[in-house]
Amino acid sequence: MAGADLELVGITKRFPGFTAIENLDLVIPAGSFFALLGPSGCGKTTTLRLVAGLEDPTAGRILIGGKDVTQTKPFQRPVNTVFQSYALFPHMTVLENVAFGLRRRRVSDPIAKAHDALRLVELDHLAARRPQQLSGGQQQRVALARAVVNEPALLLLDEPLGALDLKLRRQMQLELKTIQTEVGLTFVHVTHDQEEAMTMADTVAVMNRGRIEQLGAPEELYELPKTAFVANFLGQSNLFTGEVIESAGDTIAVDVAGSRIVVPKSRAARHSGTVTVGVRPEKLSLLTTRPASTAAQNVIGAGRVIDVSFSGVSTQYIVEIPALGSMIVFAQNMVFGPVVDRGAEVWLSWTVDHGFGLEDLPDATAEQSPDDLQPLHATHTGSAAAGSTKISA
Amino acid sequence: MAITAFTGVATSTDASPRRKKSWVALVLLLPGLLYLVLFFIVPLVSLVITSLQVPSPTAFGQYDTAFNWQTYGVVISTYGTQILRSFLYALLATIFALLFSYPLAYFIGVKVRRYPILQGLMLVLVIAPFFISFLLRTLAWKAILSDDGVVVGGLKALSLMGSQDHLTGTPVAVVFGLTYNFIPFMCLPLYTTLERLDVRYLEASNDLYAGTFETFRKVILPLSLPGIVSGTLLTFIPATGDYVNASSEFLGGASSTMVGNVIQSNFLVQLNYPVAAALSIILMAIILVIVSLYVKRSGTDDLV
Repeated sequence: MAGADLELVGITKRFPGFTAIENLDLVIPAGSFFALLGPSGCGKTTTLRLVAGLEDPTAGRILIGGKDVTQTKPFQRPVNTVFQSYALFPHMTVLENVAFGLRRRRVSDPIAKAHDALRLVELDHLAARRPQQLSGGQQQRVALARAVVNEPALLLLDEPLGALDLKLRRQMQLELKTIQTEVGLTFVHVTHDQEEAMTMADTVAVMNRGRIEQLGAPEELYELPKTAFVANFLGQSNLFTGEVIESAGDTIAVDVAGSRIVVPKSRAARHSGTVTVGVRPEKLSLLTTRPASTAAQNVIGAGRVIDVSFSGVSTQYIVEIPALGSMIVFAQNMVFGPVVDRGAEVWLSWTVDHGFGLEDLPDATAEQSPDDLQPLHATHTGSAAAGSTKISA
Repeated sequence: MAITAFTGVATSTDASPRRKKSWVALVLLLPGLLYLVLFFIVPLVSLVITSLQVPSPTAFGQYDTAFNWQTYGVVISTYGTQILRSFLYALLATIFALLFSYPLAYFIGVKVRRYPILQGLMLVLVIAPFFISFLLRTLAWKAILSDDGVVVGGLKALSLMGSQDHLTGTPVAVVFGLTYNFIPFMCLPLYTTLERLDVRYLEASNDLYAGTFETFRKVILPLSLPGIVSGTLLTFIPATGDYVNASSEFLGGASSTMVGNVIQSNFLVQLNYPVAAALSIILMAIILVIVSLYVKRSGTDDLV
């Protein structure tokens, strides 16, 4: 019943004209909920299809529960997939769809087991319907039941929530997580939705250009991103690039266009040369008067608020600071409405401990998250990126 | 016939009472209805009347209106063999055409989907025979299969055929000719359904432990059933009434006469109109029964 380890060893996949995955090594422990997160075209779906056996790797090995399955056909692998399109068989009832895998493996009493699986996703009352008579969310749950019922060593989810509206998606995220805990299978979830990856998975691997940029628990990835891509793809970041001017005790100080920014050594990947440091927008405090400089705080400013957007829980401010570029600030709405208006002169400060130092320098093309993924934030992320490149130039 | 069988469902749903713009639909339907009345109902009634006529005592080839239903009995006892043979040949031709066309249509519709130019080229090859009259094509086959042709010569050289055996004039040649002539009619409907076959279903089936054969049997075949039904109908119905392939001037002979040849001979040679009309009606009735049972059994409404 319990899932099995998945191990990818040196996997490379080339298609005519491009390389989808480059020398990928990955171990997913049994029983975990693992998310592969990345923008479209980063190779995450290809990785999933390789594990399912729907594609053959150009090089490398795939092991499930320690057994090499690289050369086996999809129907020989103890793996089931919940497809992005669900791919429910239109000529069968919901029940027959769910019983399909059981029948193929000659499992005894497939109908009763299929009913059990449908009860798990709370759709047993629709067992006699055809898939096309169900709503998108219901179809998604049937697809899940059809995969889970086989008790595979690995359950692969290929953006299964992509076609659902936001509310339903949130609800399904919770349900999926509950089901994973209940059945105890290893789930590998592919998504481009960073929020989805963070809320559902125990471990998130951020993929970009066929490589894994960073792997870890969601909090770890968010609080301490290692690369500019992760810093900008997983949430948003304010990034600064400059020379390390001081490396004393347990902190380093970076000179960014005249401003001094201090980062703990333990949270910085590199301690000398030109480095990029950053801070998350919600860690910033917006101040209308210049604060007193202390060792525990970084202060930048003065800058001007160029945009204020109210989003209910919080308000997002874009602050243009001369020589540093645009900064994003998220402030909780503790009072009614925004605390400052557009055009106001402000200073930004944050606790030194909240800063992080990256391994790489931002590269204009890599950190842009595709616009279609997060239309609300895309432009702001873009301007922050533009801001940080301006500094490094 | 196939068309009426399929539209029966559509018209019944349109029968919601007192639709405001129903007269527009009526006007648009009028030419079609008129056509059906003039060229289907009227000839059909006339055919039924003809089948019940009795020979005129005064002149050969003249018939008087009567209610001579005995003609039907006479026809069945005289031409029963040819009627049965027609259905057997048509059935065989349909099966062979299906076995030949399915892999071809699957290849064109699914396997070469990524190469549209190749796909188009292969489709043209399937349709290409239509550019030549099928009489000519059947005559060409007669030449190929003739006693001094290359096929018979080759088979004789391999001792697969005795020195006295023929191909033309045998049931083999007739069924072959029917199969050949109807392959495009089988292939095209199959192609249209298979071309729309979503390969993600095949991936899902593979993922759910079904091997190649089981995927074909459980997923591909049921999903292509609409194409199989229309292809087999388009082949079986005309093949049953075909009189060219079985004619002795083409691929047939005395031992392979089909009902179409009998009808033709009665209408045009013997001028025995009642017998010919009765044969036509019997043929039509049997086809109608077979087709409705077939369509009902294959349950295509679920799939479209």
